[in-house]
Amino acid sequence: MRSKRIGAGASAMTAVLLLGACGGGGPGGSDGDFTEGKLVLAVLNDQSGIYKDASGPNSVKAVRMAVADYQKKYGDRAVVDEIEVTSTDHQNKPDIANSKASELYERGGADVILDVPTSSAALAVANQAKKHKRVFLDVSAATTELTGGQCNKYTFQWAYNTYMLANGTGTTVTENGGKNWQIIYPDYEFGQNMTRSFTEAIKKAGGTVQGTIPTPFPNDNFATFLTKAGSTNPDVIGTMQAGGDLINVVKQFNESGLKEKGIDLAVGLMLITDIHSLGVDQFAGTMFTDAWYWNMDAESRAWADRFRDETGTRPTFEHAGNYSAALQYLEAVQEAGTDDADAVVGKLEGKKINDVFLRNGEIRAKDHLVVHDAYLARVKKPSEVKEDWDYEEIVTTIPAAKAFPPAEASNCSL
Amino acid sequence: MNAVLQYAVQGLAAGSFYALAALGLAIIFGVLGVVNFAHGAFYMLGAVTAAVLLDTLALPLWWSLLVVPVLMFGFGVVVERLLVQWLLRLDPLYNFLLTFGLTLVLVELVKQRYGVSGLPYKLPGALSGRVDLAGVVLPRYQLFVFLFSVAICVLVWVVMTRTRVGMIVRASTEKPELARALGINVGRWVTPVFGFGVALAGLAGVLAAPFRAITADMGNNFAIILFAVVVIGGLGSIVGAVVAGFLVGLVEAFGQAYAPTFAQILIFVLMALIILVRPAGLFGRKEATA
Repeated sequence: MRSKRIGAGASAMTAVLLLGACGGGGPGGSDGDFTEGKLVLAVLNDQSGIYKDASGPNSVKAVRMAVADYQKKYGDRAVVDEIEVTSTDHQNKPDIANSKASELYERGGADVILDVPTSSAALAVANQAKKHKRVFLDVSAATTELTGGQCNKYTFQWAYNTYMLANGTGTTVTENGGKNWQIIYPDYEFGQNMTRSFTEAIKKAGGTVQGTIPTPFPNDNFATFLTKAGSTNPDVIGTMQAGGDLINVVKQFNESGLKEKGIDLAVGLMLITDIHSLGVDQFAGTMFTDAWYWNMDAESRAWADRFRDETGTRPTFEHAGNYSAALQYLEAVQEAGTDDADAVVGKLEGKKINDVFLRNGEIRAKDHLVVHDAYLARVKKPSEVKEDWDYEEIVTTIPAAKAFPPAEASNCSL
Repeated sequence: MNAVLQYAVQGLAAGSFYALAALGLAIIFGVLGVVNFAHGAFYMLGAVTAAVLLDTLALPLWWSLLVVPVLMFGFGVVVERLLVQWLLRLDPLYNFLLTFGLTLVLVELVKQRYGVSGLPYKLPGALSGRVDLAGVVLPRYQLFVFLFSVAICVLVWVVMTRTRVGMIVRASTEKPELARALGINVGRWVTPVFGFGVALAGLAGVLAAPFRAITADMGNNFAIILFAVVVIGGLGSIVGAVVAGFLVGLVEAFGQAYAPTFAQILIFVLMALIILVRPAGLFGRKEATA
């Protein structure tokens, strides 16, 4: 193509011209295949609420790391010089997510929206992506609907879904002898979805679900729910609570004496920030399914070290997922030579990927679910912890094909 | 039978948090006429302070039960002097809005400083584990919480009814004009009473620390139930707040056991019934509704 210096000069000229023309003129010389001569990656997530630590501002930093790595890798050969990363707070509310997404695509010039935790908010953004024909790479929302009944051409689910969580934990714990289950779940879409997924997985593995108990959301008193769940003497109590509610459940479970009666606790969705905030001793021995762990191998660890230099903390799988999604998006743009969404989607579809986050990853063309290896993890005992955030031991790797539902089972038609 | 007893103790333990915090809320309302919406935030601050003291100074629960209420008392005094006192002469709505705003500020500050996923707290060994009472196995900490808060409530009641200070406070609550006419400086008691109410909320927070998730948002839901408690007990009624606190705890526990979907709604159904049958609350005086 052209040399970097000319490119940069021309893009500066373009900027001046654009200013002069009040943004009316089309991009002239450099980066002609990019709207307004630049690429805009918009991170839309929870910047202040319950999912702030799990993803939040540090996911924006992870995306910036991906941009830096892309620029370092391609240098002069990069098809676009100016890459902007923006950050927007959706407060986990679907209505705010909906209007912010529309605004980002329409006026913010966003080429791609990233992250978006909270299933209902993510579904709203997926709708906007479809409407504006722009790319949406979801990392932090778990609903299977994103790549199921409500899938669309521009939406991808990058890190995990409820099937992966239920299949990993439900199946493995049942096969390891936890035949009889009681499930307590927060009584809203996510909890109900998780309970259905778990019940299916447990039955398939030869176990029984003795009962399911809905709980208010949010809630801080689970003592009696737990006593009631324990009254049928199950092998396992499965909790589908997340975040602060999960911490309430675990604290009160440990107090209840159910453990001494031989009843284990299985956790539906757990992030490393939950272990960190409650303390490793309270969770010791708990099994759960993880999409990625910062200390699972040398490559992950090296990236986690860089992440710590940037943020002062260790990454969750959602942080790593955002890095991966941004990086692979940039690679696809590089290949396509344009930010045109249809061209970029074409490059992403069916791509097989191995990066710091995705192992044996594949962007399924049929439903845009990104399948990859998942991990069954166990929380370490306090005596096994060797450094800060050293909380997980990977028990088994669940191969990509088993970790996610088969493509044939998907009811998505793009 | 065994299960029923277990549910009852769990309900009384949960009720202990409500009773202690509602007691503070009732005292503040009684003397200042302030509906303190920030009470949930003060409860949260109590728990967060205990967690920070444990983390930085290795201060165990026992000491926190003493130190945190003292700190919270000081904080309450500062809040009253700096903010609340200026609005006391105006419509109560102003202080309601002020304390609501204060809640938002405190919650955001804690989020900024300590994040959103919460702080760890370890229970002292002496309080962990279970006790076997004639075949009924109960978590030791739940029993402790119940007995401790009953003791505090009795103590407050004794101070209120048997000491000079208590009589002055009650006189200031019930007949401020008359109390003034008798030469009692009612205004002097406003600040310490506010501080005392805040300290009780903080104390409930410390008790909750080993048992509940310690997050900036932990007081939000709590505050809503707390207002139901105070309405059920009768606004400004000290005995009412305590009785209603334990009652709501029991309703919550048995609701969870026998009608899980309705566990939280039941509390508000109870509140609605009380308002219908006894608008002033279980122990409220008729004037309180005026």
